[in-house]
Amino acid sequence: MADRSAALPLGIDAGGPRIASAAPDELRRDLRLIAEMIEPGSRVLDIGCGDGALLAYLAREKDVDARGMELSQSGVNACVRHGLSVIQGDADRDLDAFPVGAFDVVVLSQTLQATRRPRHVVETLVRIGKRAIVSFPNFGFWRIRLSLLWRGRMPVSELLNNPWYDTPNIHLCTIRDFVRLCDEIGTEIERSVTLDRHGRSFSLDPRGGLANLLAEQGMFVLSGKA
Amino acid sequence: MSTVTAPLLKRPGKEWPGHSFIVSEPLRLDCGIDFGPFTIAYQTYGRLNAERSNAVLICHALSGDQYVAEPHPITGAAGWWTTLVGPGGVLDTDRYFLICANVLGGCMGTTGPKEVNPATGEPWALNFPVITIRDMVRAQKLLIEHLGIEKLFCVMGGSMGAMQVLQWASSYPESVVAAVPIAGSARHSAQNIAFHEVGRQAIIADPDWCGGRYLSLGHNPARGLAVARMAAHITYLSEAALHRKFGRNLQDRNAVTYGFDADFQVESYLRHQGSTFVDRFDANSYLYITRAMDYFDLAAEHGGSLPAAFPGTQPRFCIISFTSDWLFPTSESRALVHALNAVAANVSFVEIETDKGHDAFLLHEPELFATLRGFLAGCAEHRGLTRFWG
Repeated sequence: MADRSAALPLGIDAGGPRIASAAPDELRRDLRLIAEMIEPGSRVLDIGCGDGALLAYLAREKDVDARGMELSQSGVNACVRHGLSVIQGDADRDLDAFPVGAFDVVVLSQTLQATRRPRHVVETLVRIGKRAIVSFPNFGFWRIRLSLLWRGRMPVSELLNNPWYDTPNIHLCTIRDFVRLCDEIGTEIERSVTLDRHGRSFSLDPRGGLANLLAEQGMFVLSGKA
Repeated sequence: MSTVTAPLLKRPGKEWPGHSFIVSEPLRLDCGIDFGPFTIAYQTYGRLNAERSNAVLICHALSGDQYVAEPHPITGAAGWWTTLVGPGGVLDTDRYFLICANVLGGCMGTTGPKEVNPATGEPWALNFPVITIRDMVRAQKLLIEHLGIEKLFCVMGGSMGAMQVLQWASSYPESVVAAVPIAGSARHSAQNIAFHEVGRQAIIADPDWCGGRYLSLGHNPARGLAVARMAAHITYLSEAALHRKFGRNLQDRNAVTYGFDADFQVESYLRHQGSTFVDRFDANSYLYITRAMDYFDLAAEHGGSLPAAFPGTQPRFCIISFTSDWLFPTSESRALVHALNAVAANVSFVEIETDKGHDAFLLHEPELFATLRGFLAGCAEHRGLTRFWG
């Protein structure tokens, strides 16, 4: 299977290392893609920031006012030890206090599927961020469909490597599901990127069936409501 | 036996090591009294740089004092944050200028109820005005101005020290670059007030307290103060830590004695905590300082809104709690984080896993040290602060 550090995880636990000291070219490919979308000097909140690789990169390379939120104590402590501003918390519980438009960009990378209330989380992202960048594993990817069809069991692969009874990924969705959610809550999709398992992007219409079948990852830039 | 005068009470404050600053202008206190002149006793470590930009104010807890990193002048015990302070330490004395002042109402040199009221020639006792955390911080601000420091690089402290840190951020946000409240809260909870009331009643119930006038009458309510300390000390630990340290082990005996001697090690330990405390602490000070903590409620000062307590450009915060702290539980720190998020302040929040309870902030806790070191280094870099000589 692919090199883990370059691969895009389907399960968040399968994510490559997000080391705070990572050099620019060592930053995971999907995070690099996110970093490219962020204007220098902006105010950014990275939710589920791991041990702060993206934050450290943004602070160092783009002079960004970088803040983070992370559930795991080890991740938070690693970030704070490296001088990053990170709070221990989770997307379900700890985003509500932020005021409208508090950030230029809110990033939720590989975390949406692990939240208890994904709809509320997305609504909150576009409330507190002028823009929100959301990436998640596409459960409509053809291999996953085939795995369920052929084997008749919940898909487990090297990328989606948690058994159904022991996974943080409780709200998996397809790209089409996510687009529908954005329509329902009236959020404008500014831009979308489809990605393969190595984090390489290719351009397919997110509303079309092909993206939902061929993309292992969806990455969406949403307009904030502020 | 309880009329024996404690070492603390025999010695006038001026004999103790460190510095003092006399505030000559009266200070308007929250209770409405203009108080003064009064003395602030303080200790410093390290050197203030030419830009006066490297000052760190350390705020001590209820039973702490300004002897952060040197032997205590009465007990000889190591300073309460000795493990953090020193060249190359978390609080690097080659880099920072550390200041710690005994709080207003205290008993280690700063004016408190055991000092003489110039109007009567007798100790203040209960005629001392009731002070608040904000009053303590007002006094600290006068000291900082006296030292010619416009902006503190950092204000930090645990427990009641954390309350002072929050009060600094609320009252003087422009004067603080970084704020580190550890094991603290923006208000004293009903449970915490209840524990304090038990301690105060233990002191007041001691016949040697004499309506607070024990100093004038040559007594010392050592029993009451020791019981107050024993009760409080339990709240600083955790069930797990007590069990780990003592279990049901017996003290210097093989069987229980069917009496009320200290059969158990935990009893002996608490008695020791109580008896050593009375040697260095004044009972009336204990009443006044616990009262100050009880009255602390930052949101109440701002119409019930905690976010409103943090106006203007706030310092960078590093909020730290401990998993087994049931006196100032993580939920209190999290409420604080939410309030600071609401004003979009720059906040870090770390909950440290430990079974040591509230007192973890005073103990060897490597994760705490690593967090503080990283946070301070990040702030120093942000502020362009480098090591002094080197």
